[in-house]
Amino acid sequence: MREVAFQDILEKVKDACMSANFELGEDVMAAFHKAKEKEESPVGREILEQLLENAKIAQKDKIALCQDTGFAVFFVDLGDEVRVKGGNLVDAINEGVKQGYQDGYLRKSICHPFTRKNTDTNTPAIVHINLVPGDGLKIVVAPKGGGSENMSRVTMLKPSDGIEGIKQFVIQRVKESGANPCPPLVIGVGIGGTFEKAALIAKKSLLRPVGSKNPDPALATLEDELLEKINELGIGPQGLGGSTTALAVHVEMHPCHIASLPLAVNINCHASRHKEIVL
Amino acid sequence: MTERRVSTPLNDDVVQQLRSGDKVLINGTIYTGRDAAHKRLVALLEKGEALPFDIQGQIIYFVGPTPARPGKPVGSAGPTTSYRMDAYSPQLIAQGLKGMIGKGARSPEVIEAMKKYKCVYMVAVGGAGALIAQSIKKSEVIAYEDLGPEAVRRMEVEDFPAVVVNDILGNDLYSEGVARYRKE
Repeated sequence: MREVAFQDILEKVKDACMSANFELGEDVMAAFHKAKEKEESPVGREILEQLLENAKIAQKDKIALCQDTGFAVFFVDLGDEVRVKGGNLVDAINEGVKQGYQDGYLRKSICHPFTRKNTDTNTPAIVHINLVPGDGLKIVVAPKGGGSENMSRVTMLKPSDGIEGIKQFVIQRVKESGANPCPPLVIGVGIGGTFEKAALIAKKSLLRPVGSKNPDPALATLEDELLEKINELGIGPQGLGGSTTALAVHVEMHPCHIASLPLAVNINCHASRHKEIVL
Repeated sequence: MTERRVSTPLNDDVVQQLRSGDKVLINGTIYTGRDAAHKRLVALLEKGEALPFDIQGQIIYFVGPTPARPGKPVGSAGPTTSYRMDAYSPQLIAQGLKGMIGKGARSPEVIEAMKKYKCVYMVAVGGAGALIAQSIKKSEVIAYEDLGPEAVRRMEVEDFPAVVVNDILGNDLYSEGVARYRKE
């Protein structure tokens, strides 16, 4: 068994929470530049320029890109030959989140659903652990904003709805969301599995580099088609009209029950933030 | 796009001139509030009690900033989604609120109240919190400190950039802008 120290995990998670909120990925920056060249609306182009400027300021001044520094969501690939020494993996992650959000001057946005009382630490984090063979430990933190999460949906389609039903639901969801989720968006689509699996693969697809294609040609074609249709909606940057409603659509699929066609649409704002830690 | 510089408090003459699509640079004092604060403000009105600040002619910015680093007036401070305030805004507009800053569309009830009492809805660029913070020169919590990021703050702003989406005539930049670029 390979041992990984609790404190090492904590420190790396703490740093990743901060850097994820200060530094926008190069894939997103490149997508802004590309969108700016194609954007038909002058207002839309101005907004994309402001988002690039915002990212520069955030990185330079170590100030959060967006005041919504998100729910701290983690995807962990834990090798079955790894043991955490000095404590529990989830505790290390939560402590890292608590310290990272405090020291990084990040907003604590987690509260009790009824009383709305803030936990004041931005914990508990949401931690998805995937047990994999080997002695590696990979942790991805993806702070998720509330505005775009609120526009996300899971639905259980009928098998007869088919691929047309899937397209219709995704496009309608983006249309109804309008300016709310802070377009230009990155849209995660999970098809198949069960109720919760569809949501999970939709969320996980948001971790892919923005605009990367699904290796399955049929899904890659669906991604292209959805992106084109979504950008024809005219919602545009910040919903003020334009040709860039989404930067990318990422589709993931999983086998499903013969009775079902689960579908999840997880919408992300343009602040598509994630950082990977390999221990 | 007409660019207008406005100073708070706003009076009806200024509000009446603002049109959907105008770019505005806001100067002076503005107040902040999100869902939790709005709920408390409206509860005070329902009990017939005074609000923690004089709302006449004021602007409320829907924002919950990140904590300020030492020496800075405020942290990242972009708008939050406005529909969550729809249940409360009409009552504040009836009390003399003249402007709101957020992002995303408002309900028909809010738009009606804006027409009736003369108030405008403006939007700032969501997710540009670091950039927007540069126009905020001072920020202090004036009510509901227990709400943390959701507390009511008084901010001093200089040339705070916003765009008018709903004016007092009922125009709506969102539907007009989207219609212009829709290709379906």
